[in-house]
Amino acid sequence: MLLRKRKWSVICIAILLSVFLASCKKKPPPPPPPPPPPVVQPPPPAPAAPTVNEFTAEPSSVERGQSSTLKWSTSNATQVSLNPGIGTVQASGSHAVYPNETTSYELIATGPGGSVTRSVTVNVTVPPPPPPPPAPPKETLEQRLEREVKDAFFDYDKSDIREDARATLTQDAEALKRIFSEFPSATITMEGHCDERGSAEYNLGLGDRRSTAAKDFLVSLGVPADRLKTISYGKERPVCTEHNEDCWQRCRHVHFVASQ
Amino acid sequence: MKKFYLSIALLSALAALVAQEPSVIIKITRGDMPKIAVPDFRGTGGAETQMGAFNDTLFRDLQNSGLFDMVAKSMYPLQVPQRPEDFRQPSRAGASSGGLWLSDWASPPVQTNYLTIGYTAVQNGTLVLYGWLLDVSQPNLANAQILGKRYFGSVDETGARKVAHEFAADILQHFGGKSLFGTKIYFVSDRTGNKEIWSMDPDGSNQKRLTSFNSISIMPAVSPDGTKLAFTSYVRGNPAIYIISTDTGRRLYFYNQVASMNATPDFTPDGQHILYSSTASGYAQIYIADLDGKNLRRISSSRAIEVEPKVNPKTGNEVVFVSGRSGPQQIFKMNVDGMGVERLTNGEGEASNPSWHPDGQIIAYSWTRGYATGNFNIFLMDVATRHFDQLTHGEGRNENPSWAPDGRHLVFMSNRGGVSQIYTMLADGSNVHQLTTQGRNQTPVWSR
Repeated sequence: MLLRKRKWSVICIAILLSVFLASCKKKPPPPPPPPPPPVVQPPPPAPAAPTVNEFTAEPSSVERGQSSTLKWSTSNATQVSLNPGIGTVQASGSHAVYPNETTSYELIATGPGGSVTRSVTVNVTVPPPPPPPPAPPKETLEQRLEREVKDAFFDYDKSDIREDARATLTQDAEALKRIFSEFPSATITMEGHCDERGSAEYNLGLGDRRSTAAKDFLVSLGVPADRLKTISYGKERPVCTEHNEDCWQRCRHVHFVASQ
Repeated sequence: MKKFYLSIALLSALAALVAQEPSVIIKITRGDMPKIAVPDFRGTGGAETQMGAFNDTLFRDLQNSGLFDMVAKSMYPLQVPQRPEDFRQPSRAGASSGGLWLSDWASPPVQTNYLTIGYTAVQNGTLVLYGWLLDVSQPNLANAQILGKRYFGSVDETGARKVAHEFAADILQHFGGKSLFGTKIYFVSDRTGNKEIWSMDPDGSNQKRLTSFNSISIMPAVSPDGTKLAFTSYVRGNPAIYIISTDTGRRLYFYNQVASMNATPDFTPDGQHILYSSTASGYAQIYIADLDGKNLRRISSSRAIEVEPKVNPKTGNEVVFVSGRSGPQQIFKMNVDGMGVERLTNGEGEASNPSWHPDGQIIAYSWTRGYATGNFNIFLMDVATRHFDQLTHGEGRNENPSWAPDGRHLVFMSNRGGVSQIYTMLADGSNVHQLTTQGRNQTPVWSR
């Protein structure tokens, strides 16, 4: 109550003061004409919001690696972008995509009237796996023999299995067992050869001894006897023809070939 | 001939007693040989063009026989009679007729014992050779004439060579020799790219391929009658024995044992059996079988390599063969029943390729005795005494000697020229002739 009384008094004093002050002032010049009133234009219409008329993915479901075509058309947009991965695009258009997995594509149309976003999803299905890559080409029997089964060498006019030939033939036995298991119908011919020095006739017999001795050794190590054949070439098929010990030693050997 | 060998054998035995040195077995003594002059014959009526081949063939047949001392043509007189009518006895004894009398040839510088004269002409489309052999030591033509004969052939080089061979054969026969004309040498040649069996005449002409196996076909042997050829071939895989007819080349059946090797066949002298080497029982061993391979029987028994059985052509009983039973390969002998095994070579070096002389007493063989391993030379051995003699002396490898039917020549292979080729020589090692040049040629065998 007391507060309201005071408010009123303040207002009265203010009015009195203002009247007093006005009457005291010198007479002012007439004020300039007011500015002409502004031409009142009709207020601009509010800008239209952009719209997306169409945004489709055709087909909407693809197998991985296949394409889907995104198609869109927008209105009232100053910038249209397509995400992910495509970026700014024309207001209307189409674009082929090759999604690796199910992907939602967003079309963002931005204009003065705002921004609008639409999305479509391309479902990606995983195609059946391809057949396993072809096996590396299998080596032929001949290639396996060449690589894994080494010749056994002999002394002059001898068919005894030397120390070095024992080692070679022991490895050959293992290789032959492997090869026979992978080539179940294969038979191997062991060729006995001689150097040029003995008579051709005697060397036929000697080459036969060499191939037979080598075969017996392999059989003793478990190589099946019925898969091994022997033949003597004597000195009819020398691997070299020089007249020196190096060549002669190369000629005194048992060599493995696939049976014909 | 027998007397000849006998006296030589006696000498050999004597020499062997004096010194334990190898002794000569067959000595073809050049100093004792009759001298013969063989002037070039001329032809007429169209035969002229063939006379080069004719004269070459006649001269070589006589020279290669080893029976004659050939008088050099440069020694001959200026005039050469072509027929008996051409002879002109000089008016006085001791004078010269410039070649137209016997004494012109018997006296220096020619100094021949014998003279051949003659000519060829074409008559009725046939080449006719008129040939005479004269003993120029005789005082007159009637006594001098040993041989006077006509020979007929085709009017071409073949015909010219044929009449020359036939004339030479008649001359050789007069001196106890045997012409090799008509005999064949079978051998192996790789000139087509594969080792095939070939044949040729003893002078190297007429080389023909008999097999087309396109494989490795080696080590031929001929039946005693010359109609069949046995050899070793890889044509079906492992080495096996094949027999063909020498006339037609047709294959004849032969049963090969189930073995990694059946090889080195040879015929028995009766032509009814074949001996060969087979690994049917393990080591290569000697077997005997019928011509078709049936009724086979093993005749050697050793734990050693045994190949190259060769049956004595005279007795049909002794078999020489090559064996490793005493160490390095040597030549052994056994009876055809497998008993009585003896070693013939003394164990030195390596020996191989035995070949019986037609007389059944001597073998030719190859041996490395005295040379490095592999350097074979041709040797002869008297089988009864084991005396041996060496015919070639380190000119390359010399192997596979085979006797000619005349028992005076050998055919063999040698790489003395770098590549193995076929050669003939006399059994004393002289008169060596190379018969082949194309490709590599080996393992010759001389057939009747």
